[in-house]
Amino acid sequence: MKEDVNIIEVKNLVKKYGDFTAVNGISFNVEKGKVFAFLGPNGAGKTTTIKMLTTLLHPTSGKIIVDNFSPTTQQNQVRKSFGIVFQDQSLDDDLTAYENLEFHAVIYNVDKKLAKERIDYLLKFVELNDRRNDKVKTFSGGMKRRLEIARGLIHHPKILFLDEPTIGLDPQTRNFLWKYIKDLNEKEGMTVFMTTHYMEEAEKMADKIAIIDHGKIVALGTSQELKKKTKTKTLEEAFLKLTGHAIRDEELNTREQFKSRVRLRGR
Amino acid sequence: MRSVIYIMWIRQIKKYLRSRSRIIGSLAQPLLFFLALGFGLGPVFAKANAGNYLDFLAPGIIAMSILFTATFNGIELIWDKQFGFLKESLVAPVSRYKLMFGRCLGGATVASVQGLIVLGLTMIFGFRPVSVLGVIISFIFMFLIAMFFTAIGTAIASKLEDMQGFQLIVNFFIMPVFFLSGALFPLDGLPSALGIVTRFDPLTYGVDGVRGALLGASHLGLWLDFGILAGVVIFVMALGTYLFSKMEV
Repeated sequence: MKEDVNIIEVKNLVKKYGDFTAVNGISFNVEKGKVFAFLGPNGAGKTTTIKMLTTLLHPTSGKIIVDNFSPTTQQNQVRKSFGIVFQDQSLDDDLTAYENLEFHAVIYNVDKKLAKERIDYLLKFVELNDRRNDKVKTFSGGMKRRLEIARGLIHHPKILFLDEPTIGLDPQTRNFLWKYIKDLNEKEGMTVFMTTHYMEEAEKMADKIAIIDHGKIVALGTSQELKKKTKTKTLEEAFLKLTGHAIRDEELNTREQFKSRVRLRGR
Repeated sequence: MRSVIYIMWIRQIKKYLRSRSRIIGSLAQPLLFFLALGFGLGPVFAKANAGNYLDFLAPGIIAMSILFTATFNGIELIWDKQFGFLKESLVAPVSRYKLMFGRCLGGATVASVQGLIVLGLTMIFGFRPVSVLGVIISFIFMFLIAMFFTAIGTAIASKLEDMQGFQLIVNFFIMPVFFLSGALFPLDGLPSALGIVTRFDPLTYGVDGVRGALLGASHLGLWLDFGILAGVVIFVMALGTYLFSKMEV
């Protein structure tokens, strides 16, 4: 049996919401053991794509293969193969750090003894071991993000999905996360699929970058290739050249409207 | 041995135990109803030779607290949806049925234990169940009521995007179900049209079951109550699991 070089394959992927097309026929491959970045402005379709890759959304049309399985028809096999850190927090604030990690271990069916070892190791690695019995509601944004990364790794996945992993974090935490993710990739051979709109992050981290805008991939290649193609000196200039300078309005969907209202009222 | 159902169950328990102000608040409302209505309408009831209203009312108030706690517990699924925790469960290689069942079991446990606490409170003010066996049997009915409404709350929450519909649910679902269940007044005196409607309210059988167990006199028959409640619980769990599994975030 030939070992596939690509751990993720996407062909002509489309997602429509009624009249609105969020993802408009994109195709790309991610090689096993590499770091792949989706770079694009707000509303480009990055999060929608990740959701389709991770079984959270049904595509309108197109083909996806993750770890040799289909996210639409072989959901649980795909789910075992990846861990994900979402853009929005997905921890339970009322539970402790340890309890959040334990929950993950149970629903991923990780053996109890092994889970305990991994949780202990990961808590120390993300430097949250002294806070393991504190409720997550007492954590800062950076601490929560570190905990989410620890959680995503408990079941030792082949792929780590990161949706805007360092958004809203201070420089120290950002650097810590970059180094940690790079380490994972280099030492464990973990494939990393990330979305971002930070040039520096894409340049620093990614082996291959896909620039996405308005639901389409406008360019695909290494940072060097993209600069060469657009005849620019920095990735930022290449990006702006490819996506234009117009400011993007992102329409808040119902859920985000609800959340911003709740925050204003100070729940 | 930890399992998915256990971890979902224990999560509901922990969340309940860690919200002290909510516990007190949710016990205050039934107690208030019991004291106000019980001592207020008690003399009226007695004058109509209808017996001891406090005794009649206590099971109804217990059912009320379970109704509210269980439905709200189910609806809290919306918070999980909105504030992200649900995504973590949906992306895992785990059966949606186990997630739903564990969650409902946890919510129902919380609601029915709350029902027992309310029973204890009513006993402080003079209510006396007919026997210990009666209390045990009443707990079975309390649990069935709790399972039913937790499942319904969860099913409704599976379809809602945010808490906007919440007011509608309270006023058009919880309140009518409560008032038409015989919790506050006997159902035999009602005009026939209204009487028929009460037969379609699952809580009617729950209230009758709790009352029958605690007072020793059931209006509809305990086996009928049990059969109908168990049947609707199974139906709602099936429906809820289906809606839960179809959720997308």
